[in-house]
Amino acid sequence: MASSAAVPFWRSAGMTYITYSNLCANLVRQCLKEPYKTESLTREKVHFSASQWVDGKPEKPTTRSDSPE
Amino acid sequence: LVPNLDPPNTPLTFFQPRPSAASAEPIPPKLTIKLVSPYSSQFSNKQVDMVTVPSTTGQTGILPGHLASISELKPSLVSIHEGNEVTNYFISTGFAFVHSNSIADVIAVETVPTEHVDPVSVRNGILEYTRKMNT
Repeated sequence: MASSAAVPFWRSAGMTYITYSNLCANLVRQCLKEPYKTESLTREKVHFSASQWVDGKPEKPTTRSDSPE
Repeated sequence: LVPNLDPPNTPLTFFQPRPSAASAEPIPPKLTIKLVSPYSSQFSNKQVDMVTVPSTTGQTGILPGHLASISELKPSLVSIHEGNEVTNYFISTGFAFVHSNSIADVIAVETVPTEHVDPVSVRNGILEYTRKMNT
């Protein structure tokens, strides 16, 4: 049997809709004029730390940060 | 001094109720649109004559009285026609919802008025990515 309905190009490239959308948004942000560009890039900075829990104990956390330490 | 015992407001209490779709018999003269992104809204409840949205299935012009529809948008320009003026906004991906009472919502991750776009970085970006694509 052939695969089901036509797949959008980003799906066949291995992305989910959210990754595609964020990628597009990033590209747009990099094409802005100066004050707007730094504004939008700083707005989108992320900083978090997440850890997996195994057997009731947290493992080493992974920290994702866009702000310089 | 009596403490305020009212329950706290939820986001729903701040929403304006939409005019009900079923009872709207005459087609309103103007379309009400809302252009929003996650961090801001360009405008909510603006009355315009027509909006052109770039859906993945092609450019769609939305006039008052348009059929209710949902379309996924591709990165391109949204043009808002009001009287004789046209304002263009470049959106990265998003969606356009048209409701049956001539209210259209356009939501996008980034909505950029065309004046805010820097043509030099656009050209450099295109060159860089076509080069990456061709290798």
